[in-house]
Order: sequence, then structure tokens, then C-alpha cells
Amino acid sequence: MTVTITVEVNGESYTNDVEPRLLLTHYIREVLNLTGTHVGCDTSNCGACTIILDGKAVKSCTVLAVRANGGKVTTIEGLAKKNGELHPLQDAFWEKHGLQCGFCTPGMIMSAYDLLSNNPNPSEQDIREGMSGNLCRCTGYHNIVKAIEYAAQKM
Amino acid sequence: MIPRAFEYHAPTSVAEAASLLDQHGDSAKLLAGGHSLLPLMKLRLAQPEVVIDLAKISDLSYIRQSNGGLSIGAMTTYADIESSADVQSLAPALAETAGMVADRQVRNMGTIGGSLAHSDPAGDLPAIILALGAQMVTSSSGAHRTIAADDFFVDLFTTALQPNEILNEIQIPALPSGTGTAYAKFGNKASHYAIVGIAAVLTASGGKCQSVRIGITGAGAKATRATSVENALTGASLDGATIKAAAQLASDGIDFNEDVHASAEYRAHLTRLYTERVLLEAASRAG
Ligand SMILES: Cc1cc2nc3c(=O)[nH]c(=O)nc-3n(C[C@H](O)[C@H](O)[C@H](O)COP(=O)(O)OP(=O)(O)OC[C@H]3O[C@@H](n4cnc5c(N)ncnc54)[C@H](O)[C@@H]3O)c2cc1C
Ligand code: FES
Ligand code: FES
Repeated sequence: MTVTITVEVNGESYTNDVEPRLLLTHYIREVLNLTGTHVGCDTSNCGACTIILDGKAVKSCTVLAVRANGGKVTTIEGLAKKNGELHPLQDAFWEKHGLQCGFCTPGMIMSAYDLLSNNPNPSEQDIREGMSGNLCRCTGYHNIVKAIEYAAQKM
Repeated sequence: MIPRAFEYHAPTSVAEAASLLDQHGDSAKLLAGGHSLLPLMKLRLAQPEVVIDLAKISDLSYIRQSNGGLSIGAMTTYADIESSADVQSLAPALAETAGMVADRQVRNMGTIGGSLAHSDPAGDLPAIILALGAQMVTSSSGAHRTIAADDFFVDLFTTALQPNEILNEIQIPALPSGTGTAYAKFGNKASHYAIVGIAAVLTASGGKCQSVRIGITGAGAKATRATSVENALTGASLDGATIKAAAQLASDGIDFNEDVHASAEYRAHLTRLYTERVLLEAASRAG
């Protein structure tokens, strides 16, 4: 059985026939070839697969692609401007060294994007709580928090 | 990890979902936020042949005031409950509990109905739902019924819902004036699931406890009320020593879970400690 879905991803509309069991993360990575969204744990814990679905950050490894039918998705590829100018959050992670290996970074940035859309001036505590669904094996989190604080000032 | 292949339906009404359930029986599973079901399906611990997605039923996601209380649609997410001004004013600890579930991304997907129907022994919502004395409204083909919170949680991952029943609405009664609500948990540091979570809804007058309901989650196979504490406190003065003494009864009669996170003995200790803490908080909020 396949289902035809139409999803707007980063402003472009895509229509595909997918198996109902296809996870949104695999749809994004393997059908649309947008590999910026990472799969870390594949068990709903690490947040590396975080994307924005209809305005809210979700773990795309725990959502069926069919659930996004008729919806809007933003992935890390959708943040920079077409001319290559980075989004303030991307710039902030660069400026404040908010990454080491970078594996968790797309998910971190998409979660931070959701956090700042709801709370433009978060306290350090708000940031730490708001980012608790994203794990990083490298940085120890301090520079991630600093990067989000920096981005909040710039946005 | 990829779930086993299944047939997918996205009905647009509760009646349509109920008739699909009738048609497919035990081989079908309802899908709400998917944040318990999909991880189980990915591990193939659950292998439904048919998945009935409730997401396209528009009249299952709402928060309404009714008779001084609240009616909440089963598909309402934790994020919506947490940020609802109506919930914050009419059942403050329910909004706070929703805000303590997991993390931001999970709260954007997980639903009140899914949480209650799943009846995870470490789920947060069952404790506050018991303490608030909520009612669960269900639908099956041609029938509706209402189940009191006290009768809803039956055993480990088991509720009073029948296989052909859909949980539609959660009704929270109006709280009398002078009522304070509180929830606190000792959560797993990674997932935030409740190792022990306690909710209290307490009505006070002239420094005395008029009535109190306490819900406990995480401790045993299912969420339960701490009736011995409730009985000890009802009519008693709400000073620290009385509350502390009553809270010692919170671990009575519970067959405590034991796992890698906490021994049975430690859970019993946490149950008494958090009961004292939420009672103090609820009493101070009762004013
Ligand atoms: C990383 C992670 C951390 C978590 N941490 C916590 C936590 O700290 N605290 C906590 O409480 N929970 C936690 N959870 C679980 C989360 O709250 C789930 O969202 C919740 O348990 C299930 O709700 P759901 O809407 O996702 O339901 P689903 O997963 O879609 O469904 C769960 C079950 O309920 C049934 N069902 C769903 N809706 C209905 C309905 N309306 N009528 C009848 N049956 C229905 C389904 O058929 C299924 O069997 C966590 C989950 C994850 C992935
Ligand atoms: S890959 Fe989705 S949460 Fe880790
Ligand atoms: S930078 Fe390596 S996991 Fe976060």
C-alpha cells in the first residue's frame, strides 16, 4: 500500500507516493535528498532529527511521513537565504563555537529556532530547559547556550 | 528502525474512526501523537496491521471552559495544554504537569488522550488526572460513555477503554474556591519520565483541610490515589507537622516498581517525600 502525499518543504511543494510506514526523517533524507537532517539515536531521544512541522519543532524520526501530508516542513536547509547569507542562528553557532563535530547541530538549530519563535528573549534557564530534547556528545552545551543567547540578541 | 508495513487510514470524524475500529478489531491501533506507539512499532514490540490516525479529525483538539471546569479534546497536545490561559487559571497544576513532560519536541506531538490511553506507569498525566477527579468521555459505534478517573487506570499499560472505544474528551470539574493544585516529580534525567510523580488537589478553609485528592504515578504498575493520606488529612489542620505525618502513609499498600533507575525502597521514600512537598505547595496555594 502506498499513499500520495503533498508536503511543502522549505517553501517548495513535493508530491510523492510513500509507504505509510516511511518515517518523516527518511522521507526528508532519502526521498527529498535533504541530508542536513541527521539521524542520531533513532529512538526519539537525541533530537538530531529535529525539524519544524507546521510551526513546531518535532523529532522527525518519530513522525510518519503521511502525517506531514498537506503540511509545511522547514529543515536546516531552509534557514539560510537563497544568496547564501546564514540565518542568525547559524551565524551564532559559528561565532560562539557552538559545535565541535557538528552532528547534533542541525537539530540544535531547529530546536533553538522553535524556542526563539516562542520566547524571543529567553533566560539561560529557559534555553537549557527548552533545549533539553537535544543531546550533544562533544561540546558540553555551554557554547550552544551562548550561541542561542547571541542569536536572540541579533534577531 | 522501520515499523512493519501496515494499512493506513486517516478518518475525518470520530464516527468513521469508530467504524474502522469495528471493522479491523484487534489488528488495528489508533495513532495520536505517536510518541509511545511509534517507538514501540519501530522496535516491533507493536506490529499493528492497520493504523488509524486520529490527526485529521479536527474536532478532537480543543480546550473549552464548561460549567466552571474544562473540556479538553483527546488530541490536544501537551504544548497546547501547557500554554492555555484557561488551564493555567482553572487547573494550574495540569498546565504545569504538561510542561514537565519530556522535552519541547515531545510536548509538541504527545497528546493528553494518548498519554491516558497508554497508561504508562511512568507517565505524568495520570497522577494529576486522578487528583483532579477528571472524567473520560469515550465513543464507540453508536455509543458514548463516561469513565471516572478512579475507574480508568486498571493495570500496567491497561485502562478501562474497550478495544473498540475511542477516548474523545477529558472533563475537568470546577474546583471550589480555596483550592490549591500541585504536581512534582523525581524524573529520569534523560527522558524526564516520572520515577515517582505526585499530584495533589487540596481545598482549605480556616487553616484546615476540607478535602484533598492525591494521585501517585511512577511508583507501581498504575497510577493510584493515596487514600490513607487523604483520610488522615481531611479535617486536619494544615501545619507542617500534620502534613509530614500524613505524608508518611503515602507508600502504604503500593507494590513498588523496581528497575535500573530506583529500587522499590527508594521509590517508597520518594513517594513519601514528594507527597509532603506537593501537599505543602497545594496548601500554600489554597491560601
Ligand atoms: C523521548 C521521550 C520522552 C518521554 N518522556 C515522557 C515524560 O517525561 N512523561 C510522560 O508522561 N510521557 C513521556 N513520554 C511519552 C509521551 O508523553 C507520549 O506522547 C504519550 O505517552 C502517548 O501519547 P501520544 O499522543 O504520543 O499517543 P500514541 O503514542 O499515539 O498512542 C499511545 C497509545 O494510546 C492509544 N491511543 C491514543 N489516543 C487514543 C484515543 N484518543 N483513544 C483511545 N486510544 C488512544 C494508541 O492506540 C496507543 O496504544 C516520552 C516519550 C518520548 C519519546
Ligand atoms: S534520531 Fe530522532 S531523536 Fe534521535
Ligand atoms: S557537536 Fe558533536 S554531537 Fe554536538
